Amino acid sequence: MILLRLFWEFFKTGMFSVGGGLATLPFIYDISDKTGWFTHQQIADMIAVAESTPGPIGIDMATYVGFTTAGVVGSLVATLGIITPDIIVILIIASFLKKFRESKLVDSAFYGLRPASAALIAAAGWSVVKISLIHLDAATIASVFQWKAIALAVVIWLLTNVVQQTKKWHPLAFIAISAVVGIVLQF
Amino acid sequence: MKKLWQLFYTFAIVGVTTFGGGYAMLPALQREVVEKRGWASEEELMDWYAIGQCTPGVIAVNTATFAGQKQAGTLGGIIATLGVVFPSLVIITVIAAFIQGFADIPAVQHAFAGIRACVCVLILNAVVKLWKKSVIDWKTGVVFAVVFLGSVFLRLSPVIYVIIAALAGILLKRLEVKA
Repeated sequence: MILLRLFWEFFKTGMFSVGGGLATLPFIYDISDKTGWFTHQQIADMIAVAESTPGPIGIDMATYVGFTTAGVVGSLVATLGIITPDIIVILIIASFLKKFRESKLVDSAFYGLRPASAALIAAAGWSVVKISLIHLDAATIASVFQWKAIALAVVIWLLTNVVQQTKKWHPLAFIAISAVVGIVLQF
Repeated sequence: MKKLWQLFYTFAIVGVTTFGGGYAMLPALQREVVEKRGWASEEELMDWYAIGQCTPGVIAVNTATFAGQKQAGTLGGIIATLGVVFPSLVIITVIAAFIQGFADIPAVQHAFAGIRACVCVLILNAVVKLWKKSVIDWKTGVVFAVVFLGSVFLRLSPVIYVIIAALAGILLKRLEVKA
């Protein structure tokens, strides 16, 4: 019945993740915690793959998680799960498009939803930090901070925020650089 | 039948030429849906996009459902959506299968350790962008802080935060009008 559960978990993700892209992340961490189907470390790797391949990130993540959990059928089921609520909601909204856009209620709900969505993604980001930059459960204080990884993160931050202003680099470029640095410096 | 195939095919192209999510998709939609096919005006596309951002789910899927529905009704909406997710299904499944076979090689593990550091930064950048658009006064700042601390320290389903935040938004706006 893992397939049914997979569909249901991703149905919920599609129903409640607002704001696109990485908004699915907090839900995927939640699925990992509840089911143990995959680890936090695997999620971080999935994000990297989703960012560097074509396709909307939310769909890429669903497909990847589905495959990891239950193979090819799993990837199909998870993806169908995440798109089903979307299709239903949009088909309903399409019939009263104008009213929806001008609704005060919808507008004020989103006043609260937008910062919450940003905060949920930030919390998911913290989960990635804990497995890559800072190991809070490390045996000695000296090994809490992963200095090589932190240095790389600072360099990538500078590159994305300085270089990106003038030249549009693809996220794939930063991921490729990080992979090479990881291999060369033996992370 | 021909229309449905066109919808599937066009949105599969949109899916395969989009890297990343959300905004990254806009240029591909403009090219394929507005310019090549003439299925929507620039304004309609922006409307769908705006609604896609403030309805649940993946923005790309929302936009595809809108465009398909307009062209060929409910079935059109479903077919266009299947089109936009099709490339992801194929590409990610192949890569996931491939990586599983190579995951034990030390070089691959080092590479992913490096990539994870990079992923931290990519998420940080996305959060900063969202922060600028969503945390616009002290009240939205409080919502951000409460949800962030709550989800770092408590193990609750994100569904709960989403529902509470929507209610809080409605309540805060209502108080604002009264004051």
